[in-house]
Amino acid sequence: MTALADLAHPRQDYSYAFLDASAKRELRRRILKAVAIPGYQVPYASRELPIARGWGTGGLQASLALVGPESVVKVIDQGADDSVNAANLRRFITRMSGAATTTDAARASILQSRHRIPEERLGAYQTLVLQVPDPEPLRGVQSDISKAHEMHADSDYGQLWLLLYEQLVRFRQYVQGASYPALVNGRYVISPSPIPRWDNPKLHQTPSLTILAAGREKRLYTVPPYTNVIPLEFSDVPFQVEDQRGWVCRTTGAVNKFMNELPQSDGSAMYELSDSGYAEKLKNDLPTAPTYYDENGGFYHDGYLKPPVILP
Amino acid sequence: MTATSNRPSSSPDKGVPVSQPARTHGYASLQPPVLTTRSPLLVASGLVKRYGRVTAVEGVEVDAYEGEVLGIVGESGSGKSTVLRLLNLQESPDAGTYTLDLPGLAGQDLFALDRFARRDVQTRSIGVVYQNPYLGLRMRFTSSGNVAERLLITGERSYAALRAAARESLAASEFPLDRMDDPPRLLSGGMQQRVQLAKALALKPRLLLLDEPTTGLDVSVQALVLDTLKRLQRERSMTIVLVSHDLGVIRALADRVLVMRNGRVVERGLTDQILEDPQHAYTQQLVHARL
Repeated sequence: MTALADLAHPRQDYSYAFLDASAKRELRRRILKAVAIPGYQVPYASRELPIARGWGTGGLQASLALVGPESVVKVIDQGADDSVNAANLRRFITRMSGAATTTDAARASILQSRHRIPEERLGAYQTLVLQVPDPEPLRGVQSDISKAHEMHADSDYGQLWLLLYEQLVRFRQYVQGASYPALVNGRYVISPSPIPRWDNPKLHQTPSLTILAAGREKRLYTVPPYTNVIPLEFSDVPFQVEDQRGWVCRTTGAVNKFMNELPQSDGSAMYELSDSGYAEKLKNDLPTAPTYYDENGGFYHDGYLKPPVILP
Repeated sequence: MTATSNRPSSSPDKGVPVSQPARTHGYASLQPPVLTTRSPLLVASGLVKRYGRVTAVEGVEVDAYEGEVLGIVGESGSGKSTVLRLLNLQESPDAGTYTLDLPGLAGQDLFALDRFARRDVQTRSIGVVYQNPYLGLRMRFTSSGNVAERLLITGERSYAALRAAARESLAASEFPLDRMDDPPRLLSGGMQQRVQLAKALALKPRLLLLDEPTTGLDVSVQALVLDTLKRLQRERSMTIVLVSHDLGVIRALADRVLVMRNGRVVERGLTDQILEDPQHAYTQQLVHARL
């Protein structure tokens, strides 16, 4: 006769990947639903984690639900792999799951990121998990969340252009630094809230899966592989990414990639690649994957970014 | 000032004998205005609205004709603003029907529309100016943006067209154009009302609802805003429903008046008639209660 103890799991301090089995199952089901309805904000039961809300709990839960011992994890914070938040999250994920880690975007299977999409193009079977502070694109024009849900249901997005209108009136160009709203698959507008405008086009027709998860707001949404993502724009003023022409990375000499600006004591500025994993490869002369933006600033989908219009 | 002089002089029906039977609200001898030879733009009947135990509006009938200014007077709490909210399709009544003589919607009860059609009517055919500009405007957005928002809702996506429309509408409401990109919170009360007016007029609505538009403004600014309203009404021959407790405003603008008390209409008729020869005891009190 078999003893009950033989059937039970050996005692563990924590469940595999920290979350208990039902929590991970719920998250996976929510992610599947979010994939099935691109851009739709799926509510989920955001669990307690040993980090505070606002420090990437949404992204961390999505990563923990997907990670396995064979996964290769890269964690990015402001483009860097070595900042405190990225180092903490990476250590936590690997300790709880036994997954390998890397700083190479091309080798990673799960990339959890706070602000950036890597410069190198992601491929099929790679999953980008973005930590989202504010999932609601309509917040700027509609503070009542239940009315905002109704507007999503009705595709009633006209008022979002008011936010762009205000930018054009004041600055004669789009200036929004992050959360630039984008229409996914012609139906739902999302706020890809942590990433700069520069990274918005990278979501368009990418072979990788993008999961955006907000822990505090308890919502997650996705951009599935090969999905249209169109940033909102006026018909006579096309969407523009940040103008960083002439900015040269001080360590690698790279141009037309997203840069960090480093103010100098004499009032001038130096520039440095924001994507530290990519910079590391360039410094060590390692082979790099093709990038989203080429050396001349051209985007890899021809015609996706239109030439700028100068307003009077 | 007589009510007749306010009416658009372009009215082709002047002097034509009235073909409709005179409606009797206790005044069988009263001839309806010549405008009534046409069918009314707005007909709302049997309006009832309750908030819990409070009955705000009880069986109110409203009709207004093309190019007419209908005044609604009454003390605070008499239900006049509730009537206006119902006419603006902001709230649903507990009973009653409401029709506007719009292309494709003639005879259709607007309260029975689904929310898409209702929003469409509300955006394209009805303009509203609130007493409190904080209700009608986004205080931290630009004034021109507030006006442009109406066009954005209807699907306009050209920045140049939005600028032009906002400029035109603000100019029509006599707003100083050098301040069109200032947020309303930095503007004076009179200018805020002009922004509200420009916003209400941006899509050239058939019906304009004014909820105490000049209350809270000082007398000289009030006169200027009333002037603008009168000119716009003359030029565009809009139908205006004007709610006010200020009989001076009513006298200056309205052709016809409804007097409300405790959620009911107690008296209705031509402005002159009501103000000079009030019949109902409450109206008499109201007219004589001048400081």
